Parts: sequence; C-alpha cells; structure tokens
Amino acid sequence: MEMAARREPSRPSAEPESAATAVRLDGVKVSFVIRGAAVFDAVAPTSFEVREGEFVSIVGPTGCGKSTLLNVTAGLLKPSAGHVEIFGERLAGLNRKSGYLFQQDALMPWKTALDNVAIALEVHGTPRKEALEAARGWMGRVGLARFCERYAHELSGGQRKRVGLAQVLIRRPRILLMDEPFGPLDAQTRQIMGNLLLGLWAEDRKAVMFVTHDLEEAIALSDRVVIMSAGPDARVIGDHPIDLARPRDAAEIRLDPKFHALHKRIWDQLREEVAKTYEEGAR
Amino acid sequence: MRAASLKLLALQVLVAVVAIGIWHVGSSVPIAGKYFLPEFFFSTPLDVFQRVVKLFVSGEIWRHLWITLTETLLAFVIGSAGGVAIGFWFARQPLIAAVFDPYVKMVNALPRVVLAPIFMLWLGLGIWSKVALGVTLVFFVVFFNVYQGVKEVSPVVLSNARMMGMTERQLFRHVYWPSALSWMFSSLHTSVGFALVGAVVGEYLGSAAGLGYLIHEAEGVFDVTGVFAGMFILSAFVLVIDWLVTLVERRLLVWRPQAAVGQT
Repeated sequence: MEMAARREPSRPSAEPESAATAVRLDGVKVSFVIRGAAVFDAVAPTSFEVREGEFVSIVGPTGCGKSTLLNVTAGLLKPSAGHVEIFGERLAGLNRKSGYLFQQDALMPWKTALDNVAIALEVHGTPRKEALEAARGWMGRVGLARFCERYAHELSGGQRKRVGLAQVLIRRPRILLMDEPFGPLDAQTRQIMGNLLLGLWAEDRKAVMFVTHDLEEAIALSDRVVIMSAGPDARVIGDHPIDLARPRDAAEIRLDPKFHALHKRIWDQLREEVAKTYEEGAR
Repeated sequence: MRAASLKLLALQVLVAVVAIGIWHVGSSVPIAGKYFLPEFFFSTPLDVFQRVVKLFVSGEIWRHLWITLTETLLAFVIGSAGGVAIGFWFARQPLIAAVFDPYVKMVNALPRVVLAPIFMLWLGLGIWSKVALGVTLVFFVVFFNVYQGVKEVSPVVLSNARMMGMTERQLFRHVYWPSALSWMFSSLHTSVGFALVGAVVGEYLGSAAGLGYLIHEAEGVFDVTGVFAGMFILSAFVLVIDWLVTLVERRLLVWRPQAAVGQT
C-alpha cells in the first residue's frame, strides 16, 4: 500500500490515468513452515499493483521471494495474510485470467511442440482441428513454424521457451506472469527472446509481471521496475518508472544514455538497500 | 555406420561359431580317449539341429508355441491392466497405498514358484494356471512402475497444465496417464519377459502342452537332445518377442530422448 501511494504521483503520463488495475497485491505475506515447527517468513507484507497494459519487472537477489509473489498472483500458492485482487475481484483458487511462463521446462514431453500449444485451446473446448490451426499460427509467430512436429527433447532451450510462450499466449490471457523465463538461456538468446516478447506484447499490451534477477533485462523490457530486498522477510524496497520510448530493441536500448542513467540510479539504490539487508541479516 | 554394424554382426556370428565348434569337438571328437562333453549329457549340435528341424517339419512344434504365446500374452495383458489400475489408484489415494503397503511388499517378496501348485489346484492344468502365475509376476513390475510414474510427474508440468485451465479429468488424460504409461512402457521388456517365465515355469510344473511341457517331457526320459532343442526354440522365441517389444517401444516412446529407449 505504501508503495502504491508513493508510486502514484511519479507515474509517467504516457498512459491514461483511467487504466484499470489488473493485479493488486494487498498486504500479501507468505510464511512457510519448515520441518513442522519453525515458521519462515519468506515475504513480508507486500502491496503493489500492476495496471492494465503495464509491463512490470520484479528484480531482486536470488531467493528473495519474487517467484513466491508470482505464485501467489497465479493462485498456485495461498498467501498467509493479505489478499490478491485481479481486475478488482478477490482471487480465490487459480487465477484463470493469467498465463504463466515458468522458469523450468513445463512442456509435456509426450506431446509434440504443436500439440503442446494446441492443447491450451483444446482444454477449453476448441475443436482439435481449429486448435491445431491456431497453434500452427502461433508456432509461426514465435519463429518455430518448421519445428511443429518436434518433441521437447529435440528442441534447444531457447526453442522450448518459444513453445512455452506460444502455449501461454494462444489462450490470450489478460495477465502474463513470467518467472525468470529466460534465466537458463545464454546472453544472445535472452536478448532475442526479449525482443520476441516485446513484439508480441506490443500487439495487445497485456499486463505483465516479469520476475528476473537481471536488472538490465528488467529495464530494457519494462515500464516499471520493482526492487525487492533479499529474503527472509523480503519486501519491496524500490519502485522505478522506466520512461524509455517504445517500441524498443531489447539489445540496442542498452546503449542508450538514458538507459545508463536509469541503470545507475536503480543500481545505486539496489546496492545500498541490499547492503543494508545483509547487515540486518548478519546482526 | 553401415560397415560398423556389419562388423558387429560378424563378431556376433563368430561367438556362435566358436561356441558351437567347442560343443561339436567336445562331444564327437575323443581327446586322449575321452569325450570332453559326453553325448549323453550334452548331446551334439548336429543332433539338436536335426531335432529342431524335425519338430518344425512335422509341425508338432506349432501347437506348443501357440499355447505358450497365448499364455504369455494373456498374462501380460491381464497383469498390465491390473498393475495400471491399482498403480493409479494407490498413487492418487495415499491412505490406501499406506494401508496396503506391507501386504504388497509381502506378496511381492514371495517367490512366485511356490504359488504354482496352488494355481494348478484352483485353475486346473490348462492354460489359466500358467496365466495366473505370469500375472503375479507382471502385475508387480507394472504396478510399481505406474505408481512411480504417477508420483513423479514433474510438478512444473503439473502446475503449467493447471494454469492452462485443465480440469482433474483433463489432467488425468493429458498428464498423469501419459506419464504413467511411459513408465510402464519403459519396463515392457521386463514385464513381457516375466509373462513368458510364468508361462514356461507353469508348463514345466504340470501341463499337457507348451514349450515348458516339451522340455519337461524330454527331460523325463533323459532325452538331452530334446531338452536342448526345446531350449534352443525357447531362446529363439524370446528373441523374436523381444524384437517385437523393441519395435512397439520405439513407436510408443518416440518422444523420449534416444538414450532412454536404447540405441541400435
């Protein structure tokens, strides 16, 4: 809540003020019980929102609970306190309005790439023929038209991510949740994937929650970068609007002086806060 | 690639030639006045070969092969179906699995041969007592594999399918079922082999037809040639079945990385 209040005035006026709130986390806290006894507060009460059409990255050191927050937003994990609102409705159970691109491989290995994409429509009642046709279209859009009949193990890591992206986007979810989706890829592939993602996103501007530990990637892609402190008791320690012009090239934007200024400003805060968090942890 | 596989085949044939050569020399050429492999105990390769040919030419063998094959297939199908059903059920109902755990272990630890007389008592000397023996062997292989397969579905794949909007039924069909089947198929060689073992051992212990019966009958009259001929046909039979299983497996597990299927 505190973050939302702080962010509101500094919001760039690029988007209309009327844009609806897609995701609102209200005092969400997550605790895990470890070995039946000790309670471990992974995430301290956290509040923030993602507006419709907004691309928000969540950045923080490994193990800070970024993915946990994403799982809460997806409805895969129930918060210990607080609640999640999706387009103004309180979330109960799975978040049906969102698509989730996982960090690990989540394709069904026994289905071909095409079937993996088509199944996302089929489970909602689309006839198989139509679903396959749509899936073929999406395979083309992620640049894998010639790889439809491949199985997951016959694709490279980057190709598997593309299939995963097609699988998520074919359902046209209004919210896109991404958990370090390009984490295991090499630097070049990451930038290519970043551009692919930006291109697809620009078509209908979904609300995006993008978790990453790579600050540069976050700035290159997002409208806003949210910084989280290291866990346990992780919390939001910074919220920075990124007012770089769109459309962007995820690789070339990194050479922009404005990008450097933003990177420096955010990194200075991040470093300071992270150092503080470590000191607190050490005490 | 081609040359390498030809060379491999040549070496494989060489092993057979050397083995048969030793057998032949030992059984028909006296060394220092003594037969190294006396004919009474070891027969001779030529006699065995002639007996095999005779069995096929007279057509006597086909009936036995057919009976053994029927028993094997029935044992495999019934044992697999039971293993899949119970494996699934246990994996989805941890309480049931926990309750039956000690009994499953107990029955599985039992050497199946001791069950053969009971099955004969219950089901008679026909094919069903052999099928039952095979089923007790196949069931556990399939059961453990399916149980494992359902338990070890990747949680990420599962979460992804859930986020996709799959209902429990769809999860079963598109995630649990293929995963369990893939585990079952990866044990196909073992379970088909066990089905055959059940059939042959059952026949051996009491029956009126089948390869096991053929071998047992020859043994009863010290007809070593007959025993060896039966063993030879049995091995060839196993090789053919194993080859068929490999074909089926390759077709069904096409999505698996090659290493897991076995390269040829």
